Amino acid sequence: MTSTTPKPKKSLPLRLIIILITLVGLNLIVSIQIARWSLSWLPVAASTAAPYVDGLFSLEVGMGAFLFIGCVGFILWSVIINRADKYDESDGLPIEGNTKLEIIWTIIPFIIVMALAVYSIDINGKLDTLGPKNKYDVADEQSPQAVATLDELSEIGPIEVISRQWNWEFVYPNGVRSSELHLPINQRANFLLTSKDVIHSLYIPAFRLKQDIIPGSVISYSITPTREGRYRLRDAHFSGAYFSENQTHVIVQSEQNFESWLELTNSKPLVPGLSPGTVFYQKRLSKGNKGWATVPPAPPPMVNDPGNPEETHEA
Amino acid sequence: MTTTKYDPRILKTQHPVPGAPDNWKRFFTFNTDAKVIGIQYMGLALIFLLVGGLLAMVMRGELITPPADLVDPSVYNGLYTMHGTVMLFLFLFPVLNGFNNLLIPTMIGAPDMAFPKINAAAFWLVPVFAIVLLASFFVPGGPASSGWWSYPPVSIQNPLGHFINGQFLWILAVALSGVSSIMGAINFVTTIIRMRAPGMSYFRMPVFIWTAWAAQTLQLIGLPALTGGAIMLLFDLSFGTSFFRPEGGGDPVLYQHFFWFYSHPAVYVMVLPVFGIFSELITVYSRKPLFGYKFVALASFIITFLGLIVWVHHMFYSGTPQWMRNLFMVTTMLIAVPTGVKVFAWLGTLWGGKIRLSTPMLFVLGGLVNFIFGGITGVMLGTAPIDIHVGNTYFVVAHFHYIIFNTIGFGIFAGIYHWFPKFTGRMYYEGLGKVHFVLTFIGATLNWLPLHWAGLLGMPRRVASYDPEFAIWNVIASIGAFMLGVASIPFILNIVSSWARGPKAPANPWNAIGLEWLLPSPPPAENFEDDVPTVINEPYGYGLGKPLVEDQEFYVRRSMEA
Repeated sequence: MTSTTPKPKKSLPLRLIIILITLVGLNLIVSIQIARWSLSWLPVAASTAAPYVDGLFSLEVGMGAFLFIGCVGFILWSVIINRADKYDESDGLPIEGNTKLEIIWTIIPFIIVMALAVYSIDINGKLDTLGPKNKYDVADEQSPQAVATLDELSEIGPIEVISRQWNWEFVYPNGVRSSELHLPINQRANFLLTSKDVIHSLYIPAFRLKQDIIPGSVISYSITPTREGRYRLRDAHFSGAYFSENQTHVIVQSEQNFESWLELTNSKPLVPGLSPGTVFYQKRLSKGNKGWATVPPAPPPMVNDPGNPEETHEA
Repeated sequence: MTTTKYDPRILKTQHPVPGAPDNWKRFFTFNTDAKVIGIQYMGLALIFLLVGGLLAMVMRGELITPPADLVDPSVYNGLYTMHGTVMLFLFLFPVLNGFNNLLIPTMIGAPDMAFPKINAAAFWLVPVFAIVLLASFFVPGGPASSGWWSYPPVSIQNPLGHFINGQFLWILAVALSGVSSIMGAINFVTTIIRMRAPGMSYFRMPVFIWTAWAAQTLQLIGLPALTGGAIMLLFDLSFGTSFFRPEGGGDPVLYQHFFWFYSHPAVYVMVLPVFGIFSELITVYSRKPLFGYKFVALASFIITFLGLIVWVHHMFYSGTPQWMRNLFMVTTMLIAVPTGVKVFAWLGTLWGGKIRLSTPMLFVLGGLVNFIFGGITGVMLGTAPIDIHVGNTYFVVAHFHYIIFNTIGFGIFAGIYHWFPKFTGRMYYEGLGKVHFVLTFIGATLNWLPLHWAGLLGMPRRVASYDPEFAIWNVIASIGAFMLGVASIPFILNIVSSWARGPKAPANPWNAIGLEWLLPSPPPAENFEDDVPTVINEPYGYGLGKPLVEDQEFYVRRSMEA
C-alpha cells in the first residue's frame, strides 16, 4: 500500500517490548517449575533405563508447558484485547500474512523437533546398550534357547518368561518356576519372552520398560533393576476377557536374598501358580456362564513359588 | 459468462423430490442432491454419537470403581470395542462426509457432486453396515471384543466356533465402511478437481476444500491396505487360512502394519477437515484474512504426505528393529512442523481482529486450545523412549481423545452451528449453544485431563478393572463423562427446536465471505443454477474491500430475494 503520509512506525514501543520479555520470562520460570514437578507424576524409578526416560520426559514437559502457556496466553490475550463490541460490525486489521514470520515459524519448530529427535535417537541407543531387545522366529516345538542369541553381558539368566491367557510364569536357569519375578539388584538379567497364545506385553512401570510378546517368536530382552522393592508387572497388550487381571509382581532383592530365595524355592514342591483369570472364570461358570463369549483361561502353571498376590506393591 | 467444465446435463436432471425444502420425506429416499445427502449423513451420524456416547457412559460407570463389578469383563471388552468402532465408522467419518457433501459443491460453486448416484449409494451403505455392526450385539457370543484394532491372534480365536460371530460381522461392517468411504473419496476428489467455478484456481479455494481434498486423497491411498488386511483377517477367522496365524507360519505383526498403514492416516482424514473448519471460522469471527493462506493450504498436503510414513510409531515396542524406530520417530516429529504452521497462522489471524465469541467461535477456540495440548502430548508419544513407558496406557487414551473428541468433536460442533442457518434456513439459539459449549468444555476436560496421570503411573488401556491407586483419576474422569452426556441435551434441544421453529435465517447471517454465503438459505437444489459466479479474488478478504466474485451485487441481491 502506498500512503501519502508515511508514518514512522518502525520501532516497537519500548513498553510493549518490556511487557513481552517479562511475560516470556515468567512463562520460562513456570515451565521449568512444571518440568521439575513432572518427575513426581511418574512411578518410582527402579531400573537403569528409568533416569533416561524420566530426563527426556521432564525436558519434553518443560518445552510443552512453555509452548502451551505461550499459545493459550496469546489466545486469551487476543480474546480480551480484540473482542468486538456488541454492535461493532467492522473488520479487523487486513493483514494477509508475513512471509518472514511464516518462514521463521516453520524453521524454528523444525530445528526444535529435529533436535528432540536426535536427542531421542541418542537415548534409544543408550537404552539399547542397557538392555538389547532382539526378536527371533521360533517354530512350534523349538525351545526358545535354541533360537535366540542370549545377551552376552547379562549376569543373570536367561530367565524364561512365559505369558498365557491369563497368567505369567518365570522359569530360572536352575529349573525354579515362579509366578512372581524375583531379580537381584544392580545385575543385568536376560529374559527369553514367549507367548503360548495371543500377543501379550511385559510392562513394569517402575522400570519404564514395555515389550510386546509375539506368539511364534522369542524375544531376548534385558533389564537391570536398581532399587529394592515390590513392583507391578502388567500385561499391557489387550489379550482377551481377563486381560486386566493378568498382572503379577516383580521383586527386586539384594543379591543375598535373591540367592537364598532361589535355593529355598528350588526345594519346594510344585503347586498351581497364580492365575487370576481362572478364579474369575470359575466364578462366571458358577453364575451360569453369563456374559459374552471368551476362551477358557489356560490352566494355572505348576510352580515352586505361587507368589503372594495380596501383598502391596510400590508402583 | 458461465463457462462450466462439467456436464451441463446435470442441470437438466429433474429434482427427485419436489417440494423441498418443506418436504422432509426427501431425507428418507435415495436422493442425489448433495445437500440432502449431507444432512442425511449428519443426522445419522449424530444418532450414532448418542449410541457411542451411551456405550462410553456404561464403560465409565464400570471404571468409576477399581474392580470389575458393573458388567462382566467380557462384556466390557465388547463395549469398548463397539464404542470405538461406532464413534469412528458411524459417527466421525459419516459426519465429516456430511460436511463434505454440504460444503464442497457450495464452496466451489458446483451444482452437485461429480457422481451424484455414487454419492447417494455411498451414503446408503452407512445404514447397511450400521445394521450389520449393531446386529453383532444379538448374535451368540456377543459383538467383537478385541478392540477396534482387532489384532490377531486374539481377534481370530472365535471362542464359540460359530461361523457367524461378532468378529465376523465386525470385519464385514468395516470392509463395507471402507467401500463406502472409497466411493465418497472418488467423488469428493473428482468434484474438487473438475467442478470449480470459473476463476477459482487452486490458490483461490477455501482452506476447507484444501483440507477435504488432502484428507480424501489419504482415504484413496490408505483404505485399500486396510481393506486388504481386513479380508485376510476374515479368511483367517472363517476359512482357516494363516496369513496372521503363527501356528500356520503367519505373522501377527504383519496385520499391524496393514492396519496402521491406513489407521494412522485415518486420524488425519478426520482432523484435516477440522483444520479447514477452524480456518473458515476463525477468519469470519475475527473479521480478518487468514494469516498466510498459502502456507496453511499447502501444509495440508504436507501433512498428507508425512501422515503416510509414520505408522510404525504405533509399534515401537512390538519387536520393531532399532533403525526403523529411529526412522519413524523422525517422520513422526516432522508432522509437528506443518501442524505448527497452521496453529501459528490461526493465532496470527486472531491478532488485531474483531473477535466475536459466538457459539461456533467458542467451540473453535476451545478446540484449538485442546489441540495444542493434544499435539504436545502427541510429540511426547512420538519419541520412542517415552512411548515405551506410556504406550498402551491411559496416557495414550487421554492423548487421542484430546485429538478425536476435544479437537475434532469441537470442530464438528463449531461447523454444525456455523453452517446450520445456511443449510436449514433457520437460526439456532445462541444461549443454548453457549450452555452446550460450557458443559462440553468442562466435561471433556474433567474426562480426559486426569487420565494422563493414570497413564503416566502405569494404568494400561482397555482394562475392565485396575489397581486402587488409579481410582482418583478415574472417578474424576467418570464425572466428566457423565457431564458430557448431559451436555448433549441442550445441543439436541437447540438443533431440533431451531430447525422446527427457529427464526428464518438470512442468506449471510455472519457477514461471511465465501461462495456458499452468496446462495440463499437454504440453497436451491442446483446451487447457482445457470449463473455460476466467476471468482476474482482469494478467499477471506475481510477488511480488504475486494469483491470475491464478478458482479457480486447481483448474487447478494439474488440470495436475499429468494
